[in-house]
Amino acid sequence: MHAFQLIAAGTPGAGTTFIAGGTDLLQLMKNNVIAPDQVVDLAGAHLRGITATSIELRLGALETMADVAAHPEVRRGWPAISQALLLSASPQIRNMGTMGGNLLQRTRCVYFRDTAFACNKRHPGSGCPAIAGENREHAILGASDSCIATHPSDFPVALMAMGAGVAITAAGGGTRVVPLADFYRLPGDTPEIETILQPGDVITQIVVPASEAAKRSVYMKVRDRSSFAYALASAAVAIEIRDNRILHAGIALGGVAPMPWRAAKAEQALIGATADAAAFEHAGRLATEGARAAGMNAYKIALAQRAVTRALMEAAHPTAETGVL
Amino acid sequence: MTDLNPTRRTVLCAVAGMSVLPDVPQNALAQTPPSHTALSVTLRINGADIARPIEVRTTLLEFLREQTALTGTKKGCDQGSCGACTVHIDGHRVVSCLTLAARCQGHEVTTIEGLAQGDVLHPMQAAFVAHDGMQCGYCTPGQVMSAVALVKEGHTGTDDEIREWMSGNLCRCGAYPNIVAAIRDVADHTPARG
Ligand SMILES: Cc1cc2nc3c(=O)[nH]c(=O)nc-3n(C[C@H](O)[C@H](O)[C@H](O)COP(=O)(O)OP(=O)(O)OC[C@H]3O[C@@H](n4cnc5c(N)ncnc54)[C@H](O)[C@@H]3O)c2cc1C
Ligand code: SF4
Ligand code: FES
Ligand code: FES
Repeated sequence: MHAFQLIAAGTPGAGTTFIAGGTDLLQLMKNNVIAPDQVVDLAGAHLRGITATSIELRLGALETMADVAAHPEVRRGWPAISQALLLSASPQIRNMGTMGGNLLQRTRCVYFRDTAFACNKRHPGSGCPAIAGENREHAILGASDSCIATHPSDFPVALMAMGAGVAITAAGGGTRVVPLADFYRLPGDTPEIETILQPGDVITQIVVPASEAAKRSVYMKVRDRSSFAYALASAAVAIEIRDNRILHAGIALGGVAPMPWRAAKAEQALIGATADAAAFEHAGRLATEGARAAGMNAYKIALAQRAVTRALMEAAHPTAETGVL
Repeated sequence: MTDLNPTRRTVLCAVAGMSVLPDVPQNALAQTPPSHTALSVTLRINGADIARPIEVRTTLLEFLREQTALTGTKKGCDQGSCGACTVHIDGHRVVSCLTLAARCQGHEVTTIEGLAQGDVLHPMQAAFVAHDGMQCGYCTPGQVMSAVALVKEGHTGTDDEIREWMSGNLCRCGAYPNIVAAIRDVADHTPARG
């Protein structure tokens, strides 16, 4: 690990690498994937608070994954957020990891995290060994010829299905709220740029609208073992059904794209449709339209489709399946 | 057990004690760090204030094992994936390998050494002994720290729930069934939270 200066947020001339829970930052620094000279400690910044109203949910950027997952209002009004968080990492990591940090977790692509390899994201222009290499965990949607890495976090997938926004304060002051859908950037030929954040920007809050659909939201995660593993594919759905007709649908996929992947076509197809298995299977197929396998990840196409279909079934007819212990 | 423990601890203390002499370089940091990254910190660990000069990169795990005589906390993966380094900060379980020591000032750290009352084991430690919840023992301090927090959190409704909420602690020996039995035993004898 490169030596650094640890300074409090708000210090004049402070650097632009922040530490919140530190769970991803310290891994990246230990592995020399990043080597900042200054690390700005957000612990003293006033970025906490969970407030739920009939209009929206506001999550302070420094709230922990554990506290948000356990919050009764979150569980009642936005259950997929709680489910996605409880299906993330381990109890210890969830006590440390924060909302802002989880949005900005870097990819788990093994080549990215190992400096012995080339990687366009870590070293622009050096090449992407994953394209012809170990790509069982890589993207089937939104990838480019320069990078096929996935975004690994679960929580933003739930946010994407519910139309959340991110409140950001710039280094010079001034706050803006950006829809999560516009927050992330696809790799194209600049995979090193992952979000619209500018140097010094701090995420202060995450804002999630309240809705009937959010109240019935479901997060479905498929992984190699039944706990403590990243998603091979996941689906977040938020649907509103009246008299067996679908009035509103939000659908996003996780573990299959460089960002939480909104399935707009599948959403549109569901609106006005009868809430039945045929409609949900059709939505699953539409959700992966345009998917392209790199090789070892071909299985993800069917897996993602089924995750969407199952999540929709679960939202329409709740069983114990997604009940997180 | 009670005979062996103090003996082993005394030996470890003697060894670790040598490495905390101020002029002995920390073996974890081969080259001398730039001076601005040297800090002086006081951490409250198991109820005692411990002041040490440290390098800013020092994790809480390294602080415990290399700067003090508290070697009960183990280093497995150093990446957050195994739970061997689990300690409590302000009563919450965390992995000390992904925690900077410098950021623990003003917080209460509890390690495996802080559980027993003198020679009387914490009920969870006693249950691990009674149920044979370990084989090599390397993961055990982390398992016990996680288990103590788990019971307090109240996630012990079923054995499946215990397994899910212990999933941050790996055991290469596969002592899982006995670990679950030990936790079940303690949970069943702990009054439900108010
Ligand atoms: C073993 C292991 C397993 C895991 N499994 C999962 C999993 O299954 N699912 C999952 O979703 N996650 C998983 N994680 C990842 C974990 O959830 C993230 O590491 C965590 O959420 C990051 O939050 P943090 O506060 O610790 O971030 P930090 O490490 O503190 O920061 C991460 C990045 O975000 C930046 N940052 C943080 N906060 C802000 C802010 N407010 N404004 C601007 N920038 C900010 C930092 O500068 C840094 O670049 C796992 C982690 C580990 C170690
Ligand atoms: S997939 Fe992206 S992150 Fe992984 S090696 Fe290729 S360029 Fe790097
Ligand atoms: S050593 Fe900390 S989790 Fe493995
Ligand atoms: S007892 Fe050997 S690793 Fe768990």
